[in-house]
Amino acid sequence: MSAAAKTEKKTSSKSPAKNRKALSKPAKGEPAGEIWELKLYVAGQTPKSVTAFNNLKNLCEEHLKGIYKIEVIDLLKNPQLAKGDQILALPTLVRKLPVPIRKIIGDLSNTERVLVGLDLRVGK
Amino acid sequence: MQKMMSALKKCATGIQGLDEITQGGLPKGRPTLVCGSAGCGKTLLAMEFLVRGAVQFNEPGVFMAFEENAEELTKNVASLGFDLEDLSKKKKIVVDYVYIERSEIEETGEYDLEGLFIRLDHAIKSVGAKRVVIDTIEALFSGLPNPNVLRAELRRLFRWLKAQGVTAIITGEKGEGTLTRHGLEEYVADCVIMLDHRVTEQISTRRLRIVKYRGSVHGTNEYPFLIDETGFSVLPITSVGLNHKATDERVPTGIPRLDAMLDGKGYYRGSSILVSGTAGTGKTSLAMHLVNKACSRGERCLYMASEESAHQIIRNAKSIGLDLAPWVKKGLLHFHVARPTYSGLEMHLVTINKLIREFRPNIAVIDPITGMTNIGSVDEVKAMLMRMIDILKSSYITTLCTSLTHGGQNLEQTVVAVTSLMDTWLLLRDIEYNGERTRGLYVLKSRGMAHSNQIREFLITAKGIDLTDVYVGQGMVLTGSARRVQEMKEKAESVVRREELERVKRELERKRLIMEAKINEVRAEYESAEEALLASVKEQELKENALAADRGVIAGMRKADASSKKKGRIYKQK
Repeated sequence: MSAAAKTEKKTSSKSPAKNRKALSKPAKGEPAGEIWELKLYVAGQTPKSVTAFNNLKNLCEEHLKGIYKIEVIDLLKNPQLAKGDQILALPTLVRKLPVPIRKIIGDLSNTERVLVGLDLRVGK
Repeated sequence: MQKMMSALKKCATGIQGLDEITQGGLPKGRPTLVCGSAGCGKTLLAMEFLVRGAVQFNEPGVFMAFEENAEELTKNVASLGFDLEDLSKKKKIVVDYVYIERSEIEETGEYDLEGLFIRLDHAIKSVGAKRVVIDTIEALFSGLPNPNVLRAELRRLFRWLKAQGVTAIITGEKGEGTLTRHGLEEYVADCVIMLDHRVTEQISTRRLRIVKYRGSVHGTNEYPFLIDETGFSVLPITSVGLNHKATDERVPTGIPRLDAMLDGKGYYRGSSILVSGTAGTGKTSLAMHLVNKACSRGERCLYMASEESAHQIIRNAKSIGLDLAPWVKKGLLHFHVARPTYSGLEMHLVTINKLIREFRPNIAVIDPITGMTNIGSVDEVKAMLMRMIDILKSSYITTLCTSLTHGGQNLEQTVVAVTSLMDTWLLLRDIEYNGERTRGLYVLKSRGMAHSNQIREFLITAKGIDLTDVYVGQGMVLTGSARRVQEMKEKAESVVRREELERVKRELERKRLIMEAKINEVRAEYESAEEALLASVKEQELKENALAADRGVIAGMRKADASSKKKGRIYKQK
């Protein structure tokens, strides 16, 4: 899983703005809805960012299978992007869609809180 | 960084007065904490530091704002004459607004503030910033859930800032019993500046104090500061020394007779003059004369009035034949009119200091100085006036202060006990006599010149002030119509006396003539007597001679020569 994360980050960090490589997969039995657009801001491949990416991926696979896109943005490569989403803490997960925008900081290890943060807890 | 260990380099802020009390500016390459309660000017101080850095020292800066966005900031500081938009365009200043909203943030595990570092780093690199402001980083504490993480990250941030070699200002809100609400002073240990906004008796004064400045001497007092249309200015009032130069140059008073009283030349340039007196004795008129005269020589005058408006002063000056309006138009005369209660004592000082710096007057008039007493205790007022006079003197400005003495008070005791600071003291007083009030002027003291010690009557006429001698005589001093009456009386008396004298003289002359006549008469009598006597003597002699001759002839005839003389002598003895 960690290997996947690394490759994921590498590709996205090259040109994350244009080349939105999404990890979208078709939903399996889940109610089809809006595509979830998620952005994960990290700074290099620190243990925290790797953990965050893995946690996010697991969570999405579990709860949002097929209807999510994850974009990983490495601020070390593209520092100017931090301003747009008002990023301070890293790692930060931003739910761009569906609106409203949600920000979740930390390595996403507390799954319960991530679900609350993404409004998935209510939906379940 | 290592260089700084040997000698602390400083980064000039360009803010009026602040560089003086910090002896050069903020510690270069280190963060400085500026703390204070809400609305005391932290953001402005920080912003001016950046703007002046960019404009005056060619040091670009980054402003990281947590409370206001770039647009708001631009608007806010535009009123102070900073064109932030232009500076941003020129890549001199970057404003990075950090928005943080607790409700939108969910904490789900370990995190750090690397994002902030990256943003700051990016901003610094984008303009090559040498100066950084973070205003107010404490917003993070309310925006982010985990204070422990924050503290660790802040520590790292300040270390990081030092490593970047940027001179930084971090602002922080004042807390209960601590300098900042979240103890930022723990992290920023090099220089802490505290701003304060105090209200005493409904008058607010902003003050600045350097709480700590590691590795540097600095002024330790509380210094008042001012925020106005030109920005921030700190007045290091107590740093004013007593080493102003004295000159022999003189400034005419505008009243020839008063010049005459002051050694014939007027006041000394750069001296301080106090004109004290009760209400309506002509203090302001005296000041107007000085101003009018100075302006006519092309000197610049600053008139600080606290009781009359500029228009009123100009109008009143006209009534005594002085037209001040052209001087105002020419820019030689500047009125600064403000009620004393408009601001605190220190604020007045700051204002005056600023005016002096901007207007560069040769002459300053403070009318009246006693207005200040309403806004502080006697000690405070005295200290403030002392500083003010020092400032004026050190700027080589001739200062005339009027001081209102209230009726019933000792005339020689001015309210604020500033007389010892004054070089020349003119005392105007009412002289009430015989149902009228007139004005008298004394030169109580005038350092360094032989001045008159006489009282002069002070006349305010349509052509200006005139001084005349008072009536001094018969154990009393009279002025006004009483003087006239007395003078007339004296004139009449003297006429009478003169006539009497003439009469006596004539009498004497007559007596002398009589005496001379008598003398002549006696002499004439004597002369006639003398003449008669002499005539008879002559006759006798002739007779005798004739007789002797006859006898000689007879003796000759008798041949008796020898006895002829003997017989002659015998004749004489008869």
